[in-house]
Amino acid sequence: MAKVAPEEHDLRRVLDEGREVEGLGADELLAIYRSLILLRTYDERSVVYHRQGRIGTYAIFWNHEAMQAGSVHALAAEDWIFPSYRESAIGLLRGIPASTVLHWWRGHPAGWWNPAQYRVASICVPIGTQVPHAAGLAWGEKLKGSSTVAIAYFGDGATSEGAFHEGANLAAVMQAPLILFCNNNQWAISTPLEAQTRAESLAAKAVGYGMPGVRVDGGDVLAVYEATREAVERARAGGGPTLIEAVTYRAAPHATADDPRAYIDLDRVEEEKRNECVGRYNAYLRRLGVLDDATAEEIKNEALETMRQGIAEAEAEPEPDPELVFDNAYVLPPPNLREGWDG
Amino acid sequence: MAELFLVEAVNDALHIELERDDTVMVIGEDVGRAGGVFRATAGLRERFGENRCVDMPLAEAGILGSAVGLCMAGWRPVCEMQYDAFSYPCLDQLITHVGRYRWRTGGQMEFPLVVRMPYGGGVRAPELHDDSPEAYYVHTPGVKVAIPSTAADAKGLLAAAIRDPDPVVVLEPKLIYRGEKQEVPEGEHVVPLGQARLAREGTDVTLVAYGAMVPVCEHAADELEGEASVEVLDLRSLRPLDEDALLASAAKTGRVVVVQEAPRTAGFGAEIAAILAEKAILDLHGPVIRVTGFDVPYPYWKIEDRYMPSVERVAAAARKLLNF
Repeated sequence: MAKVAPEEHDLRRVLDEGREVEGLGADELLAIYRSLILLRTYDERSVVYHRQGRIGTYAIFWNHEAMQAGSVHALAAEDWIFPSYRESAIGLLRGIPASTVLHWWRGHPAGWWNPAQYRVASICVPIGTQVPHAAGLAWGEKLKGSSTVAIAYFGDGATSEGAFHEGANLAAVMQAPLILFCNNNQWAISTPLEAQTRAESLAAKAVGYGMPGVRVDGGDVLAVYEATREAVERARAGGGPTLIEAVTYRAAPHATADDPRAYIDLDRVEEEKRNECVGRYNAYLRRLGVLDDATAEEIKNEALETMRQGIAEAEAEPEPDPELVFDNAYVLPPPNLREGWDG
Repeated sequence: MAELFLVEAVNDALHIELERDDTVMVIGEDVGRAGGVFRATAGLRERFGENRCVDMPLAEAGILGSAVGLCMAGWRPVCEMQYDAFSYPCLDQLITHVGRYRWRTGGQMEFPLVVRMPYGGGVRAPELHDDSPEAYYVHTPGVKVAIPSTAADAKGLLAAAIRDPDPVVVLEPKLIYRGEKQEVPEGEHVVPLGQARLAREGTDVTLVAYGAMVPVCEHAADELEGEASVEVLDLRSLRPLDEDALLASAAKTGRVVVVQEAPRTAGFGAEIAAILAEKAILDLHGPVIRVTGFDVPYPYWKIEDRYMPSVERVAAAARKLLNF
């Protein structure tokens, strides 16, 4: 049943408390680090590529990597991921080539991927509307008797959308194995959280749906991992959905087309940058003796190479054939589809 | 052949398709325990269980949005929208996802879902139980639209929609849900999308219509008996559209009246008129005339009869064209 005990409003933390997460050995800890670095590198390189005119407008996710990597590592390979545009590169953690995601941001049809192949749904651009998809998939898998779980990512602004409410409510009613993962970075472009809701917390909304709501430090990759793992276990065991509110602060512009200086608290941004999620985890791993300079260097270089290859492959792709506009909208297209194409 | 009301033919199709394919499921508001407010889904829950005919939380966008996810999990959901105008919240999902998702996957996934709903006026109902929203749906790329006017077609088009690999919206004319019992083929019956039906053959003027306006046109043809030989073309599906049948009839009669109960501006009648202007101008003896609803909210029912295209208005339009 729904329960948001007062203590749950305190953010769950692992790194700052110097705790260790049960069941995570050095290999797993490093695998999570590798994912963090891959996402960080993807994001930082993408901003550069945008400035160089090599990709189009890009939604930056700098300092959101812990939420993405921590939660994905808590999933099984058969579990479905429903990203928003803020998680555009989350499929890299499932083997989607960097070039594919770069194509997407280059407006090239080669940026399409087969969601069923990676169990990563298409990037959802309109806010919150992927939540009912994830609820439907999770419910549909449950009806088939499979043990597949789904996770839907969305921001704090999305919790104001009807689609979030409808998806969350449906998931709870059907006891669908769904994790509703809210990356609360406290800004919906220029609208702060206090203009979005009067709720005590976003996790508190779970009470209204009859599901557990938990809050974690969104900059703490292991806290995110631990909270997601619990939610996944509950979902897989038939316990229904969970709302996870991961709290962070948007330390970068909403997108490359945005200049947040007009509205954001710049001192807070600087503070967040000093305390960003990759550095925190790096320091934690070094304290544990799991990460050293050589390994960190190797992981960073590996990620840089992935991006070098990715952009090279993306740029080597031939310009798309304009005839592609008629492809794929229908399995069985109507006969007059090309009417007017040749004048 | 069975003698069924149109809504009973819908129910028959659902029973057959759920029996034939165990991935087909019905979801919607009040479709299970109540069997639908018009009884279109009656008996399905008892026959196929509560997981194949599901009473959903009252949220049209959530119903259609979850149907997208159900498709991804391998189901073929048939979503009932309780009434035409209640479907508007689902347009969000329809436009932003249903019509786009296959395209977005580079054609690698299919979304074989159906949205079916009772539509149209003339039933003495409160506001927002009377709309003809077909233009919204047919204007959405990636989505097909079918509208039966007979019981047999209600069964056959719905079966075709359920079996179609693309999303299909089926609008069922509630005005004639229980108009008269008609012959319906027993067992599996499929009417392919994109094939118009010549409801009546004639040589002087063509009345083009779909759904509840087809019987109105047939009555208008009766009214004009002795004055003119009237052809009535039932489009059956708006996308895919049977242009060949439309152009053939226009070539034969040279006069076309298009009838829709939806508001006039940018309605599907305008699309028919545009196609005829582009492709049949030399066949036509006069302008294409539209008989439509009006660009106002659907009126309260005390005055709805004057809004709805009537036999008299259709006949008058045909006479105007015959005397052009």
